Amino acid sequence: MNAPNVSGMLMLILPEVVLSVGAMITLLLGVSGADAGRSHRAAMAALATAVVGVVLAIGMLTGAPLAPGTTFIANDGFRWTLTALLCAGTGAAVVLTEAYDRRAGVARAETPALLLLAATGMTLLTAARDLMVVFLGIELMSLATYVLVAMHRTSARAAEAAVKYFLLGAFSTAFLLYGIALVYGATGSMQLEGIGSAVASGAKLPGLLMAGVALMLVGLAFKVAAAPFHLWTPDVYDGAPTAVTGFMAASVKAAAFAIFLRITAEAFAPLLADWHPVLWVLAAATMVIGNVLALGQQQIKRVLAYSSIAHAGYLLVAVVSFSAEGATALVFYLVAYTLATMGAFAVLVALSDGTDRPLVRQDLAGLRERHPWLALAFAVCVLSMLGFPLAGGVGFFAKWQVLQAALQASVPQQTLAIVLVLSSVVSGGYYLGLIAPAFMQSPVPAARPIPAPPTGVRAIAIACAVVVLVLGVLPSSLTRLAQRSAPSAFAGGPTVATTIQP
Amino acid sequence: MISEALVVSAVLFVIGTIGVLTRKNAIVLFMCVELMLNAVNLSFVALSKLHGNAGQVFVILVMTVAAAEAAIGLALVIAVFRHFGTVDLSSLRLLKG
Repeated sequence: MNAPNVSGMLMLILPEVVLSVGAMITLLLGVSGADAGRSHRAAMAALATAVVGVVLAIGMLTGAPLAPGTTFIANDGFRWTLTALLCAGTGAAVVLTEAYDRRAGVARAETPALLLLAATGMTLLTAARDLMVVFLGIELMSLATYVLVAMHRTSARAAEAAVKYFLLGAFSTAFLLYGIALVYGATGSMQLEGIGSAVASGAKLPGLLMAGVALMLVGLAFKVAAAPFHLWTPDVYDGAPTAVTGFMAASVKAAAFAIFLRITAEAFAPLLADWHPVLWVLAAATMVIGNVLALGQQQIKRVLAYSSIAHAGYLLVAVVSFSAEGATALVFYLVAYTLATMGAFAVLVALSDGTDRPLVRQDLAGLRERHPWLALAFAVCVLSMLGFPLAGGVGFFAKWQVLQAALQASVPQQTLAIVLVLSSVVSGGYYLGLIAPAFMQSPVPAARPIPAPPTGVRAIAIACAVVVLVLGVLPSSLTRLAQRSAPSAFAGGPTVATTIQP
Repeated sequence: MISEALVVSAVLFVIGTIGVLTRKNAIVLFMCVELMLNAVNLSFVALSKLHGNAGQVFVILVMTVAAAEAAIGLALVIAVFRHFGTVDLSSLRLLKG
């Protein structure tokens, strides 16, 4: 492909430019002006940057037809839809972390700046078509997130979570990197396109290639928290500040899945028969383990951590289906999952008392009497994760799309579909266990008085719930968007999937 | 020559992996991860002899990122030491289900 001109190249990475410049401005605002409102002004600048990112991405989606992009940076619907989603998630996380940090008395400008830097890495991941860009995106996202977990310096739980997350994250990065090195050695290319065509024409070093693909899949499975590489998730999600946990559960996971799908679609498609059974087992194990282990948890954040593992399993089913329908289902599911997760965590942020004490089910007791709207929003978001019809809004259709994709794949995945349905039924046990105390128990007096939730946090919780319900009534608009957002590798129809051996 | 370098790199990577899985000291663990990254670097350099300089460029990227990672990792280890008085991971037991 011929070298694009500089301005064309800049247009392709405009969201990353905007987000990183916004992060610098946020940091500057954190050290200038009157002491009083510094962290608030910084957070507002970060929020504005995230909104600009969303507007930019939507502008690219709705504007003129997209140019083909380069061998480094993709320019397709997948990139821009997920960039909009991730920037929106980052904006919500900026508001939630500010409220949470303020309550804990540690509000500072570094948090929104780090959120923007993580968002830069995440949006880069939606576009990456070269393994160097993949590596830089994953590291930019991960390094910023390690620090975000440890931002509350007085919390021993946060420090423990951060060091565990860091060591396992760096460990998994080493696997991913070794996989990249071996794939590069076997194919002679760093570009997903080049790897795909080298693999399709028959690799010269099949052993090296297989080892490389396996190591890359291990590294990616760590990042999306698929079983058996999920062991870090409950501890890290539990110890991290609640607002940061929401960001990790929703946006970091979405970005990791974006690159997972693109790598499998563009580089490893010709090897489908080799990695398909592996991912099949991972998907089934992740759904079962996530949902079963969530049942035994008392703390709300641990329940939601295992629930996020289960959702990784559902999303892996969409990846395993490996078709345009699967990619559509993945995008659809990520939108629904981000909305529900952000809404639920907004309610948890509203309920936290500013200490790092873990929230248990009792903390939700009598939520209906204390904050009726928040209780409703929480119920809608949790039911959406469960995939409940009507009251769960768009969550039901998200699971439906994944099921459809699994059943309509070139080799139908009935068994996975059955595991998905059965494990979703099991998940009802703990999701309803979260909602029940909010509506059926009377409030218990809190040890520390909990201040009224800030307007921003309430707005996010209620807005997420409303969007979940509206999209639940009109799912076809989101389906149309998701269909336009399948990665360009799937644009030619299901031709790539014909290599599966039944 | 390339295959010897790849074997050495694989051995280093496995040593690092075993270290991460068996050791409990956060700093030793971190050193093992660094060993794994450097094993990868060796592979990249060896393989770029086959395929041109993209592998060497990647090594520069890995070293830069590893430096940033070291800064963050050591800061986190210090934070843990301040709270727990030790960097032994088996004595970090606040987060349990």
